[in-house]
Amino acid sequence: MIAADFNYEAPTSLDEAFTLLRKYGDEAKILSGGHSLIPMMKLRFASPECIIDINNIPGLSDITREGDIMKIGALVREAQVEHAAELLEHFPIFADVTKLIADPQVRNMGTVGGNLAHGDAANDHPAVMMALRASVVIAGADGTRVVPIDEFFFGFYSTAIQPDEILTEIQIPMPSPYTGSAYHKLERKVGDYATAGVAVQLTIDANGICTYAGIGLTNVNPLPMRAARSEEALVGKKITDETIAEAARYASDDCNPSADLRGDVEYKRAMVGVLTKRMIHKAAQRAVA
Amino acid sequence: MTQVCKTSKAIGGMGHSMKRKEDGRFLQGKGNYVDDIKLDGMLYMDIVRSPYAYAKIKKIDSEAALKVPGVLAVITGRDLEQYNLHWMPTLMSDTQMVLPTDTVMYQAQEVAAIIATSRYAARDGREAVRVEYEVMKPVIDPFKALDPSAPVLRTDKPGKTDNHIWHWEVGDKARTEAVFASADVVVKEQMHIPRIHVASIETCGCVADYSKVNNHLTMYMTTQAPHAIRTVIALVAGHVGLTEEKVRVISPDIGGGFGGKVPVYPGYVIAIAASFLIGKPVKWIEDRSENLQADSFARDYHITAEMAGTKDGKILATRFKVLADHGYTDASANPSKFPTGMFSIATGSYDYGTTFMEADAIYTNKPPGGVAYRCSFRVTEAVHAIERMTDRYALEIGKDPAQLRFDNFIPKEAFPWHSPTGWIYDSGDYEAGLRKAMDAIDYEGLRKEQTEKRAKGELMGIGISTFTEVVGAGPSKDFDILGIKMFDSAEIRVHPTGKAIARFGTKSQGQGHETTYAQIIAEELGIPAENIQIEEGDTDTAPYGLGTYASRSTPTAGAAAAVAARKLRDKARKIAAYLLEVSEDDLEWEPGKFFVKGAPEKSKTIQELVFAAYTNHPQGMEAGFEATHYYDPPNLTFPSGAYICVVDIDKETGEIKVRRFVAIDDCGNIINPMIVQGQVHGGLTQGIAPAMYESLIYDDDGNILNGTLMDYLVPTAVESPNWETGHTITPSPHHPIGAKGVGESPTVGAPPAIANAIVDALSPYGITHLDIPITPFKVWKALKEKGAI
Repeated sequence: MIAADFNYEAPTSLDEAFTLLRKYGDEAKILSGGHSLIPMMKLRFASPECIIDINNIPGLSDITREGDIMKIGALVREAQVEHAAELLEHFPIFADVTKLIADPQVRNMGTVGGNLAHGDAANDHPAVMMALRASVVIAGADGTRVVPIDEFFFGFYSTAIQPDEILTEIQIPMPSPYTGSAYHKLERKVGDYATAGVAVQLTIDANGICTYAGIGLTNVNPLPMRAARSEEALVGKKITDETIAEAARYASDDCNPSADLRGDVEYKRAMVGVLTKRMIHKAAQRAVA
Repeated sequence: MTQVCKTSKAIGGMGHSMKRKEDGRFLQGKGNYVDDIKLDGMLYMDIVRSPYAYAKIKKIDSEAALKVPGVLAVITGRDLEQYNLHWMPTLMSDTQMVLPTDTVMYQAQEVAAIIATSRYAARDGREAVRVEYEVMKPVIDPFKALDPSAPVLRTDKPGKTDNHIWHWEVGDKARTEAVFASADVVVKEQMHIPRIHVASIETCGCVADYSKVNNHLTMYMTTQAPHAIRTVIALVAGHVGLTEEKVRVISPDIGGGFGGKVPVYPGYVIAIAASFLIGKPVKWIEDRSENLQADSFARDYHITAEMAGTKDGKILATRFKVLADHGYTDASANPSKFPTGMFSIATGSYDYGTTFMEADAIYTNKPPGGVAYRCSFRVTEAVHAIERMTDRYALEIGKDPAQLRFDNFIPKEAFPWHSPTGWIYDSGDYEAGLRKAMDAIDYEGLRKEQTEKRAKGELMGIGISTFTEVVGAGPSKDFDILGIKMFDSAEIRVHPTGKAIARFGTKSQGQGHETTYAQIIAEELGIPAENIQIEEGDTDTAPYGLGTYASRSTPTAGAAAAVAARKLRDKARKIAAYLLEVSEDDLEWEPGKFFVKGAPEKSKTIQELVFAAYTNHPQGMEAGFEATHYYDPPNLTFPSGAYICVVDIDKETGEIKVRRFVAIDDCGNIINPMIVQGQVHGGLTQGIAPAMYESLIYDDDGNILNGTLMDYLVPTAVESPNWETGHTITPSPHHPIGAKGVGESPTVGAPPAIANAIVDALSPYGITHLDIPITPFKVWKALKEKGAI
């Protein structure tokens, strides 16, 4: 990497990091896994004056359950998620998504927090977190705030995190019994951004009625997108071929993909429909299993 | 036929799967690549590149760049013009700018060079150079390049009035037209073999080290052909004093070449010029994007392919018309007399009477090329055309494509076989190869399964490719590059203690020459391969040769090694006769020793005989134990293969899964089966690449749309199916060890097998052809257009 010149800081506490953030303002970038930041620096799309490496800050690397909340620390690596038994037991969607994120080397470094904080609709975790109704904990010198995922993304590479703040944790509500979740993306080859990706979480009660539906879409909209109409089409109803088809159609209609080398708009909309259908099936199977 | 090892495992001659001698250093990270070379006082170069495909340079402002700490100089075309170094010849005797003085002709073209004291300062300097351009409308679509309204791009060539480079044709036009006019069945497809890139792991680079004191240039560089490069440097820069004896080219370890490291790129010349002017070593190493965007592409042939035949499946004639998009200059690396390389092998493995082939090459505002990317020379294009059309014909008449091939193969009794385009195929047994592949994959069972799946609306396809390669260029009567004949060389020196060093005019880029050449010499001399050191790549020490590409190393330098070793064995026989006090005719050879006929206890080992050559040689005999041979092959070699691919396609998404891929190769006698298998694995993966993933794509303004590996999709282990490999052995009758070369067969043979399988899966919906790379989107779109989804 032949990046432009930059300063490197490695604080050992959040307070130290906040001090540095105040010093450098917009000119600082947080380094966690680096797998989005470093390619941008390599291409000189990003030339931050200072890199603040948060990897030496203790307490950000755990996956823990506290009552009804599953907490994922900002420095939790994708590879850690792959082996987190309790998380995977309740949220099988994480087994689906991590194995679709690049390759083992990337997963050894890349973090879930960074995947969200980068603010890119092409990343996979935004859609997953939308399906799970997660929240993001953002900390600054003046305290912390908890931001629902639906209010987290603002624009391309732009999130609710202010220049003097750090994403410290992701909080996911524990699901009700008989909940299942699933994710898949079409990719041209391993490591590619999604042609389209769909994340689904469903809860199905004893009568076979869907009581909860969360559906998030990857890389088919300028911002990470929750397929709200598709969710509404399922909640309160039985999961049948008809309701699934309706939900898939809404997702296909409501997304707003752009044409690129992966395919034209028509293809991407069709793929959102196909994947929504398949992921609802898979999540429903897992919910009753 | 099967191959039997004639030597013990301890000697490790031909047929032994000995581990690669070079892997010890590679696996421990101890290889020595160009970027590992560090010299005292070394400076670093970076290159400003054009953001536009076609533009006039109005001004290059270096002021800010020269203020960047560590930046020493900014070199432009005007600077090189003072030394007449701003233009250089291509290997096809076309011309290419080193740095432009007036106009840029493609995106990513070199515009200026920065020389600095560190790699980082050089890049910072590059960012600070300001260039003003006057943008012009480029010629991108090759079909519009010959339109009278298209701007003439090569205004540097006096009298040039269009964008046409050359016309080439071969075959019997009148007879072919007559056959087509009267044939029962004629099939025709327009196909594009996409513009792709070798994308070797190591990019290109060099360290140019000019010593003013000695008036001597040492050029460390990533080149597949160090000797040819030395001669080219002397031809280009002789007028400033760099004559050939003052130039030493060293090609250290190379991380993949695949044809992309044959040409001379402008960066090399600029680095030499900079070192020459400054008197310090200058290192230039491309980054990945520069490599992908600016270095020579491969392929980019638009082919109108036609086949004529009978209703029951006898091929009668073929016709191929090519439009070759060479970009800004013809920077191919073909033998001089072959502007389309060996494309005329496109009659394939089939016995029919007539063909006519023609090609027109044109200029566009794209990077220059095209190099021979693991394809001998344009054989990939040829094989794709003939193998696609063979399946197309089978589909047209409703005949099984395997049976159609059996009905048309050149019979094994017909070799040596004279092709309608003038090749003399040395040997082959195509029927045996296809039969073996069909048995390995259970062809009949697959066809049954396909019938059942089709009844259920599922998409499964089976594709065959039975190709003939033409490699080992080549006989000096026909083959030269810039006038230098395409022989190759070996020099063997055996030390008094019976250990050897051998040097070659070729240059391995990962092929395993340090092992296979040693095995050839071990086979002939009985000296253990472990005790034979192989060296290549230093023009001061190695004998002259044309380098490694076009699967030519084994057919040429490998043959030279065998012949040189046989000269030494003849000398050993003379020494043995002297020591054993018998006539030479009374001696018999077994690997490693001569013994007296009928008295095997009276023997001398090769080590004893070599020692005697230094200590007790017969009076009148020249002392020492050395031999050199320059091998001029009497013919090319013609490896072949039978590949069968099975795909399953997801109808809703268009995703293609290669379920199985069986590759039966025939490369004649095998030197090291493990290395051959490795070559085939790598080549098949580079075959699946253009078939399903890779293609350099430009928009109408000449902007590359996939100029990084984020979007230029090089397949990985995840995309690679489980390759099932095997072989038949039909030795080359004219090659000293019966070998044919294998490096390129899989790259050549795999794409049509995959394309044929995919089209076979889609054929129930009336789809007869899809251009590679065949992506999920392309499949889905085709099914949609046919109303299948």
